[in-house]
Formats: sequence, C-alpha cells, structure tokens
Amino acid sequence: MERVLGDKRAILILLGPALFVYTAVMLVPIIWSTGYTFTDGNLIKGFTFAGFDNYIKFFRDPTAIDSLWFTVRYAVILTILQVGVGYLLAVLYTFALRRGSALIRTIVFFPTVLPTVAVALLFRRFFEAAPTTGPVNSLFEFLGLSSVDWLGQPGPSFWVIILMDLWRSMGFYAVLLYAGLVDIPEDIIESARIDGASGWKLIRTIVLPLSLPVLLSSIIFSINGTLKVFDTIVALTNGGPGAATTPLTLYMFRTSFNYGEYGYGSTVALMLTALSFLATLFIFRSTRRDLTKG
Amino acid sequence: MNTSTRRLRRFAPVVALIGVGALALTACAPEADNTGSGTGSADFTYFGQTQSSTIIGVLESLSKDQCSAENEAAPLKVDAVDGATWDQQLQLLAGQNALSNLSMGAGTPELMKQFIDAGQVVDLTTELDSLGVSDNVLPSATSLIQRLYGEDRLYAMPNEINIEGFWYNKQLLSDNGIVPPTTWGDLVEAAATLKAAGVQPFVAAGQAGWPVSRLVGNYILRDLGPDALQAVADGDASLTDPEYVAAADAVAQLGKAGYFGDAAGTIDYNIAMNQFLTGGGAFFYMGSWALANFNNEEENKIGADNIGFLPFPDVEGGTGSSDQVPANAGIPLMFTTANYGTNQSAWLKCVAENYGDQALNEFGLITGFKVSGDADVPALTQVVQDVLANAPSSVLWFEARFSAEGTTVSQTNAGGLANGSLSGAEFMKLVQDANNG
Repeated sequence: MERVLGDKRAILILLGPALFVYTAVMLVPIIWSTGYTFTDGNLIKGFTFAGFDNYIKFFRDPTAIDSLWFTVRYAVILTILQVGVGYLLAVLYTFALRRGSALIRTIVFFPTVLPTVAVALLFRRFFEAAPTTGPVNSLFEFLGLSSVDWLGQPGPSFWVIILMDLWRSMGFYAVLLYAGLVDIPEDIIESARIDGASGWKLIRTIVLPLSLPVLLSSIIFSINGTLKVFDTIVALTNGGPGAATTPLTLYMFRTSFNYGEYGYGSTVALMLTALSFLATLFIFRSTRRDLTKG
Repeated sequence: MNTSTRRLRRFAPVVALIGVGALALTACAPEADNTGSGTGSADFTYFGQTQSSTIIGVLESLSKDQCSAENEAAPLKVDAVDGATWDQQLQLLAGQNALSNLSMGAGTPELMKQFIDAGQVVDLTTELDSLGVSDNVLPSATSLIQRLYGEDRLYAMPNEINIEGFWYNKQLLSDNGIVPPTTWGDLVEAAATLKAAGVQPFVAAGQAGWPVSRLVGNYILRDLGPDALQAVADGDASLTDPEYVAAADAVAQLGKAGYFGDAAGTIDYNIAMNQFLTGGGAFFYMGSWALANFNNEEENKIGADNIGFLPFPDVEGGTGSSDQVPANAGIPLMFTTANYGTNQSAWLKCVAENYGDQALNEFGLITGFKVSGDADVPALTQVVQDVLANAPSSVLWFEARFSAEGTTVSQTNAGGLANGSLSGAEFMKLVQDANNG
C-alpha cells in the first residue's frame, strides 16, 4: 500500500478524476461567481467593472442585513433543535428502546424522505387561517382562543418554518447520531455503571465525550445545511410576509434572476459562503480542546 | 522575514491567479447575435406560460387553418413552462441567445426594455409596415404597449387587452340595499354595511399582492391625476410624499377594518377567485382576463348574470376620473431577432391578420387586433368591450413604471396592507427604497 501511495502516477490516477469533477463543478463556478462580484449588469445588458461597489452595497442594504440576520437566527435555532432533539432520540433508541427501536426509528425518519413541497403544502393546510380553518386554529378555537394568522405575520411564520424543518430533519439526525452511539463499546458503559454512573451522569461523563466526533459532524452538517436553506422556505412562505422570512439564499436568487443584478447576487452568494466557512471554522476551533482531552 | 509574511508571499500568486481567472471567466459571457436574415429557422418556435393556454390554442388553430401555408414552410413548435419564474427563465434564455421566434414578453416592463435595448426584439412598427398589415393593430393597443415600455415604436403584439376594476356580486349588494358606489367614500361606506351584515366586503389575493397594490395605484391616479405615477418614475415625486402615502393609508384602513377577511395576506389567486365565484365576498378587484372564469358555468356558482362591473371609483376632490380605465395588454407577445427570417415574417403577417378574430370567436378573448366580423360574445365580454370602446383614455397600473426590485417588493408587501399589519407609510417607504435600488 505504501508503495502504491508513494507512486505519483498512482496518486494522479486515483485522485485525478475526482479532482477534475470537483474543479469543474465547484471551483470553476466559485471563481467565476467571485469574478461577477466585481461587476455590474447581467447577460442581457452586459457587464461593467464595478470594483468593490457590490460589497459596499451589501453592508448598506437593509434587506441584505435583515436576510443575514434571519439566516443566522434560523440556522442557530434549528441546529440546536434538530441536533438536540436528534441526540435525545438517539439516546432513546440506544438505551431505552434498544432492539425494539426499529419501528420508532422508521416512523421518525419517514418525514425526511417526503418531498419538500408536499411537506410545505401539508403545513400550509395545517396552519391555515382562511378561507378554511386548519387543524391548529380549530384546536385554538375549541380551547376558546382566537385563531392566529400563522403565515401572515413575521413571528408566527418563523416558528412554523422552524417546526416544519425540525419535523422533517430530526429523524435524519437521530439516525446519524444513533450510528455514533451504538459504536460506543458496551464494556465501557458497563464498567461506568459498575462504578456507579447512571442516568444523566453516565451520559455526561461517558456517552457525550465518546460520541463527540459524530456530534461535531452533525453540528457542522446541520449549520451548513440550515445556512443554505432555500426550498422549504420558498415552498412554505416564499420569504414572506414581506421579506420577513427571506434567507440569504432566496435574496441571492431574487437579486440575480428577478432583478437581473448578477454582480450583486454573486456578492450575496460569496457572503453566504464566507458565513458557512466561518461557522464551520468556529465550531472546529471551539471543540478542538475538548477533543484532545477526550 | 517572519512566517506570516512568508505565507503571504506564497499565497499572493495563487490569489492573483484566481483573481485574474475570475475576471477572465466573467468576460466569457456570451454576446447576443441579433442578425436575422434569409429564411430564418426552419421551425416557428413559440415559448410561453402554461397558465396562458389560450395563446397556444389560438396559434394551433391558426396553424391548421388561416396560417397552414406558413405552418408548412416553418411548422409551429410550442413549448410552455410554469409562469412562477417566468422572468428568470427569459433572462437565462436571452443570455444564451436562445429565445424562441415568438415568446411571451417579460412580465416586468423594465426587463422587456433590456431586451429592446439589447436588440433582441423585432421592431414591429417597421416590420408590420413593410408587410402591409400595420392597420390590423388597433391604435389604442399600440399606444398602450408603447406607453408600457416607454418607447415610441411597437415591440410587442397586443394579443390581449384587459381592463381592471371592481367586479361585484349583484345579489349581495341588493340584499344589503347597496347601489354600486361611484366614489371611494361610498365604497368604504358600502364595505362597512356589508361587514356589519356578516358579508366579507372585499375578496383579494393578498399573497399575490398585486390585487391589493393596484388599489393603491388606482387611488393615486384618481386622487392626483393620471400622470401621478409617471411623476414618481421621472423622479419629480416620491411615493413617500404625504399625498401618495394617503393612498396606501386608505387601503391600509380597509385592511385594519378587516374588510379583506381573515388572514388576507395568505390568500392566493385561485382561492380568491374561487371565493368570489362561490359567493364568499361582495367586491373583487380583478382584470378582464378573469372573464374566462366568470363565463365558466362549472366554476362560477353565483352565475355570470349576477356579476357586475364597477370602474375604480372617483376619489372625492381628486383630479383623476373614473372613466380613465386601468388597462393592460397582459403579457404581450414578442418576436425575437435571433433566427428571424422570411419564415418568421410570414407567420407575423398571418398572426397580425387573423389572431384577433380567432381569439374572439374561439375563446371570447378581447385583443388589440382588428376583428372583421361580429362574434356572438357572452354578456360580460360585451360589457368589457363597451368599457374599452367608451373610455376616453387608459391608465397603467401601480408597478408599471417600477424597477424589477420595486415591483417584487410592492407585491410581496401588499398583503401586509390587506391584513392590517403594515401602515401606508411603511409600505410606501419599502417600495420607494426598492425603486431607488
């Protein structure tokens, strides 16, 4: 094996095709898009060099800042919830349900495989206020409360999006984390139990540190996925009411393709890339110490 | 030399290379080849929205009958996609110089102007003249489209002419002792009476936004005169001026009073249409393209005879007038310069000569083309024809002169006026800021 990996030609043959595809579908578009950030215009009008105008515009654009703030809020809250609930479910599968968890795992995982648009339509009907009253508002009225315009107001619509995405994704993170938890050797848990650790103490001192790598992967996976949210929001609220639930991705799409400002749209995209990169870096840095300890 | 400086030096060429590469790649954007000559493409291609099935219907009928010779020379090939992302699709196709011979134009006039400026759209004034069929387009339709794009030449076909206004449920009004209002004050009073009687006064698709923002625009035109929105476009006035904010406030007050019903901001176009046609509300601001729905007995449960048309009312003390009817040409058809040749010009001639008659006879649709015979049209269609014939002038809609961003911001926020969550001043500031870019 050492001889094969020491041969430059072998490395080229093994890595070449993947590197070529990666370069063609990732690096070239990123570089291309970065070039657009210094221009103004679109494919019809043509492009003119704009220097750093698009970057200055981004930081002065209240809609962009609102979208950035929405994206960060959404990503942080949903990551905490989907990884947190996923972890709790994984602990439940591993330590409470054990072998009988297959059916529950399947049921909880099921929303992950449903098409986004179908889930969004389901939630629209679920939280409908007019012309027909959805189940949630019917329940409110049954309890003597007044009906809520869930998707017509900024606050409630944010939480409906969070709830929908949590319902869709928690099963996926539960399975991902479950795979990490079942890898913890049984004898370590057994010896901890003999030493008197149980319940929360067992999870805090044994399970959590040993599952930290997979937990870290889940957090990075989740934060990057949620920062780039697009389809669920387009299908459920289309960024509304107004621009209250417009993430950076949707703002980028509108700027580029609705408003025909490719340069500014690319700038928004680059900012999102930078945000994802910084978030990943931050998570790596903040957990490095713990990992070396573990 | 410290480590960081060394690292910086090592990366400097890489960064420079990426920078140069990026700018070089960006410069590779395709340029439009707009030279049309010879016979043009062997097919006559059409690209439109699935929602506008009437256009395809008319073209297919023409290809089998009046335009069969043209169809033999260049067979009609139709393609349609959902209209939700229409402008985006057109932009991408135009960027690749891949527009069809005949296509529905851009939904946003500003984008259409970009196509015109880039030479991608056939100048129909010249072309129809040279084909000897310029008389087939009604002068009123020509001026409407010219005004829409701010051009003194015709760049799109008036395959549809619509008027807009309030359609009302006659039964609901008479049951509550209301005569069709002629002033805004009367309209608000009627709404209060209806609401008190448990009838939803207005039906509006707040999610689509435009049925609400049009009320703001029309109020401005009635109050400040027909040139008031042009003054905003020319920079002589701002939507945030108090007299303009008053219009948005007037609509916001309707929303605050709950006259648009519950959760008005989440009602979409189809739901609103269904609501009106099943007796769920008294007044419905809509364009005459909805005649297809009104005349459809399966869809219209209140009956076509039970629907009346009310021009947008006068505003007391305003300088505009209710006979200046809000009109539009829907999304007109454009002939594109790419691959335009004699095959395509033959089709253009045939369409100009026959589209109006075919659309009216087969679909009851009013177009901006001259019609030769008398067609037996439904009563509501006749109402629209009469309004069009008797209107001394027409006005454009609220967003007609806005930028693409201004249009989107206006339509995504108008639902806030309908559900009472946005004040007139807030709405106008958002739209004006978006127009400023």
